[in-house]
Amino acid sequence: MPARRDIGSILVLGSGPIVIGQACEFDYSGVQACKVLRDEGYRVILVNSNPATIMTDPEFADATYIEPITPSFVERVIAREKPDAVLPTLGGQTGLNTAMDLAKDGVFEAHDVALIGATPEIIRRAEDRREFKKVMQEAGIDLPRSTFAYSVDEAVRAAEELGFPVVIRPSYVLGGGGSGVVSTPDELIPVVSEGIRLSPIGEVLVEESISGWKEFELELMRDRNDNVVVVCSIENLDPMGVHTGDSITVAPAMTLTDVEYQGMRDDGARVMRAIGVETGGSNVQFAVDPATGRRVVIEMNPRVSRSSALASKATGFPIAKIAAKLAVGYTLDEITNDITKKTPASFEPSIDYVVVKIPRFNFEKFAGASRVLGTKMKSVGEVMAIGRTFDEALQKGYRSLERDLDGLGGPGIQVSLEDCLERIASPTEERLHLVERALYLGADPATVAEVTKIDLWFVTQIARIVDMRKRLEGVGFLGDLDVQSLKRAKRLGFGDAQIARLVGSSEQEVRARRVALGVLPTYKTVDTCAAEFEAYTPYFYSTYEDEDEVTPTGREKVLVLGSGPNRIGQGIEFDYCCVHAAFALSDAGFETIMLNCNPETVSTDYDTSDRLYFEPLTFEDVMNVVEKERPRGVIVQLGGQTPLKLADRLARSGVPILGTQPEAIDRAEDRERFGDLLADQRLPHPANGMARSVAEARAIAASIGYPVLVRPSYVLGGRAMEIVYEAESLEHYMNTAAEVSPAHPVLIDRFLEGAIEVDCDAVFDGHELYVGGVLEHIEEAGVHSGDSACALPPFTLGNDEVQSVVDHTEVIARELDVRGLINVQYAVKDDQVFVIEANPRASRTVPFVSKATGVPLAKVAARVMAGATLAELRAEGLVPQRSLGHETMRHVAVKEAVMPFERFPGVDTLLGPEMRSTGEVMGIDSNFGVAFAKAEAGAGVRLPSKGTVFISVSNRDKRAVIFPAKRLADLGFHLVATGGTAQVLRRAGVDVDIVEKVSSTSGDGSTGGRVLNVIDKIGSGEVELVFNTPLGRGARTDGYFIRTASVAAGVPCVTTMPGMAAAVQAIEEIISGALTVRPLQEFLAAMAGRARPDRREDAGRARPDRREDAGRARPDRREDAGRARPDRREER
Amino acid sequence: MSSATLATLALEDGTVFEGVGFGARGTTTGEVCFNTGLSGYQEVLTDPSYHGQIVAMTAPQIGNTGVNAHDDQSWQPWVAGFVVREESPVASSWRSEGSLGGYLKRHGICGIAEVDTRRLTRHLRDRGAMRGALSTEITKHDELVDVARSSRSMVGADLAREVSTRSTFEWGPGDLEQRARSGYAAGSEWSPSTSELLTENSFARRFKVAAFDFGIKKNILDLLVSSGCDVTVVPATTSAAEVEGKYDGVFLSNGPGDPDPVVYGIETTRALLGRVPVFGICLGHQVLGLALGAKTFKLPFGHRGGNHPVRRSDSPRVEITCQNHGFAVEPESVETTPARLTHMNLNDDTVEGLEVPGVCHSVQYHPEAGPGPHDSRYLFERFRKLMSEFEPTEVPLPTQ
Repeated sequence: MPARRDIGSILVLGSGPIVIGQACEFDYSGVQACKVLRDEGYRVILVNSNPATIMTDPEFADATYIEPITPSFVERVIAREKPDAVLPTLGGQTGLNTAMDLAKDGVFEAHDVALIGATPEIIRRAEDRREFKKVMQEAGIDLPRSTFAYSVDEAVRAAEELGFPVVIRPSYVLGGGGSGVVSTPDELIPVVSEGIRLSPIGEVLVEESISGWKEFELELMRDRNDNVVVVCSIENLDPMGVHTGDSITVAPAMTLTDVEYQGMRDDGARVMRAIGVETGGSNVQFAVDPATGRRVVIEMNPRVSRSSALASKATGFPIAKIAAKLAVGYTLDEITNDITKKTPASFEPSIDYVVVKIPRFNFEKFAGASRVLGTKMKSVGEVMAIGRTFDEALQKGYRSLERDLDGLGGPGIQVSLEDCLERIASPTEERLHLVERALYLGADPATVAEVTKIDLWFVTQIARIVDMRKRLEGVGFLGDLDVQSLKRAKRLGFGDAQIARLVGSSEQEVRARRVALGVLPTYKTVDTCAAEFEAYTPYFYSTYEDEDEVTPTGREKVLVLGSGPNRIGQGIEFDYCCVHAAFALSDAGFETIMLNCNPETVSTDYDTSDRLYFEPLTFEDVMNVVEKERPRGVIVQLGGQTPLKLADRLARSGVPILGTQPEAIDRAEDRERFGDLLADQRLPHPANGMARSVAEARAIAASIGYPVLVRPSYVLGGRAMEIVYEAESLEHYMNTAAEVSPAHPVLIDRFLEGAIEVDCDAVFDGHELYVGGVLEHIEEAGVHSGDSACALPPFTLGNDEVQSVVDHTEVIARELDVRGLINVQYAVKDDQVFVIEANPRASRTVPFVSKATGVPLAKVAARVMAGATLAELRAEGLVPQRSLGHETMRHVAVKEAVMPFERFPGVDTLLGPEMRSTGEVMGIDSNFGVAFAKAEAGAGVRLPSKGTVFISVSNRDKRAVIFPAKRLADLGFHLVATGGTAQVLRRAGVDVDIVEKVSSTSGDGSTGGRVLNVIDKIGSGEVELVFNTPLGRGARTDGYFIRTASVAAGVPCVTTMPGMAAAVQAIEEIISGALTVRPLQEFLAAMAGRARPDRREDAGRARPDRREDAGRARPDRREDAGRARPDRREER
Repeated sequence: MSSATLATLALEDGTVFEGVGFGARGTTTGEVCFNTGLSGYQEVLTDPSYHGQIVAMTAPQIGNTGVNAHDDQSWQPWVAGFVVREESPVASSWRSEGSLGGYLKRHGICGIAEVDTRRLTRHLRDRGAMRGALSTEITKHDELVDVARSSRSMVGADLAREVSTRSTFEWGPGDLEQRARSGYAAGSEWSPSTSELLTENSFARRFKVAAFDFGIKKNILDLLVSSGCDVTVVPATTSAAEVEGKYDGVFLSNGPGDPDPVVYGIETTRALLGRVPVFGICLGHQVLGLALGAKTFKLPFGHRGGNHPVRRSDSPRVEITCQNHGFAVEPESVETTPARLTHMNLNDDTVEGLEVPGVCHSVQYHPEAGPGPHDSRYLFERFRKLMSEFEPTEVPLPTQ
């Protein structure tokens, strides 16, 4: 049966910003779906607020709405576009929840829209725990015993009946948010109260604890003929009690007999049928009692999930792509398996390797957060590794994790056996290293399995790694390492660096000896069928076996190094750039080779490049691929710090680096050398110095004057960066920062208080500069640029300031001899533009700028790196005639950061130089206020249009607060403020009530007659919006309590004055009803139409050499921009 | 590893793989084939259909859950040799009663580990199934290749006779019940477990079935019992006269190798067609096909695994099936017979099922699973239905 022809247009819901529990796997699935649906001839309408996604590239949909994924915005899109159908199952929980809300409000009926993939009824059966339980019981599926509760009292009674410990799970909450295991009524109370608040229907499930049981997942697909296939089984190494997103997981399941596996498979299909998922993918989670084999179903997701992205990458079976086809009426047997090209998709992949996924955490960013893993997901990313055995995959995984680990274990952990055995009882990020240590110190695998509840099979595998470690440590001298031992070590996943550490040699020497002994990696194919059929899709991994089945082609190749696991500071933005490089270079005729280890990404889709190597991003693994493929060059500047860190070693080993050379990167990153460059070029920059000791730091700070910005060199994401106001804090910082990066000194810069921060993203080809955009930050300098909102075009900068930014950027690009991207950060203060830092590589804002201006900067950069000039690319239409990307914008685009504070209760939300946001959204509209309002809505910040606003600002902000506060009062808000702020406002004629501060209320518990303080008011939902600027940094201040209370209550809390001004503008627009929706394509078309040619040139005529004087930044010539860019990337 | 025994696997085309011996020591020969199942190595080892074959598992880590008494498909392992990438150093399962290595050793079966099984699989896929020799004694490659070349060929060998029971015996619910207590499930469509099947096992009428043992698996017997049959297992060479009139139905079992030499079975089946309902699986399906006048041929490298899609002609359903066969029925040859095709393999369009309505039906794959998915249990119900509605009839067989 061909695709449904009763529908012509389909609205696809994306998943919005990257948050914990919902990352770029939904970009991967969304891209697949959009491609399939367009290929099938449907008009695709997309809603997604995340500009860093590939799916929101204008060529992936007919109409791309970069709008908040909230019911009200999606309803506006539906009203405007009148789609025939909505596909909600590829946008994660966000997509599903939004569809549910729209269904509840009757929007689909009102607009005569069909829901495809899943109906509200199906979603409700799967998501509503009461309904789920009922349906499962009717289907004869075993479940953990449980009861629903709507109050703390009910929950306590239920728990006592079931017997502690019990698990609390709020209904309808993403990624296990708000859930937890509790062992006493005292522990239960706070979890239940928070859970009831978090649940949109105020409901929690109190459940028998199956903590310590084995956990499994099945990824299933069903078509409308009721055919069900299991794409992949996944076993969680961590037993029940750890969220699957935070667990180390393994595919396929390793510790089930066929009898048990097939029973689970039967249950999986019964669950899918009982829930009623007619077409598409689902994920079913199981727990198995290790002592009796009793199997219970934990939950099911009637949609594409994080696990299905992993399953797709683990097997080569593209779940999202197939789900999209099934949704429009195909059946599994009608769809061909891309990889074999001859067998149908109605089969179950068989794999002849082992896949391990390891989560990536970022606890160091959240001081005070508990590091024990539980049922609430805390990881921010993940890596996947493929090997022929579990050990091999596990060690490759640890090597991929960007934790300075060369494998499992490592030199860092010096814990006694007793402590090890105690610590491994609770799940943490380090647990497996401690398991390794315990075994190393002589613990029996059975004991370790008993303490951790990790299956003995996995522990025994780790014991083999330990045995090899001991053997290597016993070698003593590299020359004594025999070929058998070396081969065995490689087959257990040991990296060269790890072997070097254990035998007391260097990685280089180990590599040389390994090559001399002929112990070389072999590459195998991921083919869905365990080699039963010939595979056509070049998706490879390395192992140490007899046969290397991969033959390089004779084409001219470019190797793109990806960005590794997502973590704070390095997320989807870099993957976006790598994907663009692959697309652009493939279009330009190169063979593109991608190397990456992140299963969530579009870059690791086998369709993205000509070849995909799913490998760790380490020197060893990259060199192996380079030596095999012999590319013309390697691209290191698009994947963030991960490939950049390798650039220098690769270059020194003779690997050609495309684009800006590592030497130039070093010149930009080395503060002394960069300072010299700025001084030579007479570019203004804050006074600075570099300190290697506390004394040196004090001297430098004293000479340049406080406040100073201090940070270790070579870090991304503002790790350990701080603004210091006096000598004592500086000393404290120096003592702690020295641990962060001992190899590098600490940088000290004069901090320009109250300056406007500006970012400039540009491409330089050696002759001329194309400036993608000059972005003005909303928060003042001092807030990490990744956490700060910013706008394009700049909304307060003058033309001369923008010109200075452009000029300075060109000077720096020329001096560094940049080929490709450069990002320069500036601080504008008192009409002067100071250079803060320059990064000759892709920045986090490249996708945002590309999307806002319609010029794909990363593609341009990739082409420039491969040798094209901007002039040539302009002739091709890839680069517009204007040399300043945002020049002809009629719209304003605002980028807002999305913070994960709700995941880490008690962590201070104050923005600072340490980046903590997980993702970003874009708001786009005709003016700043509306664009900002949309950005906030997209980020999940619910700016109110009426109600009570609480204001408490520091003394230095008291003058600035008057105007916005007055405006809010005029708009009808009820203002409350603490004493000092209220006094200022009253004097200015603003009506305001006074509320007690936290510290001014008696803390002795005698509450008789005391005035409700601000925390009570926030907690009780009386306040809709909080403005609080810090009186000082640090825990336990009034501000800290106000901010954490706001997070706990889900009330928006603005902590900077510019943020407040922007919020007030947005609120004005919300009240005036100005929030309409428009697709990106319209904004871009309007922009192109506006670029009036000053001087027309014949389209056919070859362009003269446009090189101009170094001092002049912009050619003043414009050409017809109307024909500049093709609307779509050509089909590849 | 220093104490490891070196082992060698040589193929008749001269390709040699070196590895580490496990299980028994010695030398063995057989047709080398690969199985793509991710689970169920114990069921594979004990499936009589693998008699005479050296089986390589494509799943790399084997032996993780050890072995237990309940998952055996026969009274002994039948494979001629076992090839894996890695033998698990530990058996970890609540159901485990011993290690894989110990089990193979006890039964005198040679295994080889640390082999690049993917290379072997690709080789067999491209060159076709071939004979091989596995040895922990012969280390000279040439010598072992010669051993492989001098071993007997699958084609034309009557292997069913070698695995069949010598005497007739009954298979009752007690055998099933005993296994059901240990997490064992006979396999069912989206599975009530075996213990549930037992409680529902109160059929108004029970049928007496003669199961011809060409190499029968226990799961088949269990499923026949749980679909209301009283099963008598009879030797492969049993004549038509010995069963006619005594049973309500005849079941033709799976078994090893080439169906052509199973002339006794083919003749018996020809004689019984139309007189008693017949149901065949795997080799039994081929035997039925030959009895009906169709032909069989050897597949390039066979189907062995648990993920083969099979389409039914009477519904849009696609079953995921367990398969284990190196020969298949020729589709064109079926046209000259009274049978019609009921099932087709979606990977390569080979014949997966035959039926003469009201007379007999058969499938090439393994609806009993063990190992493999439980999608196809309805075939046992269909056999029951065939028996309950059966009317003797004349079947117009083409002359041979």
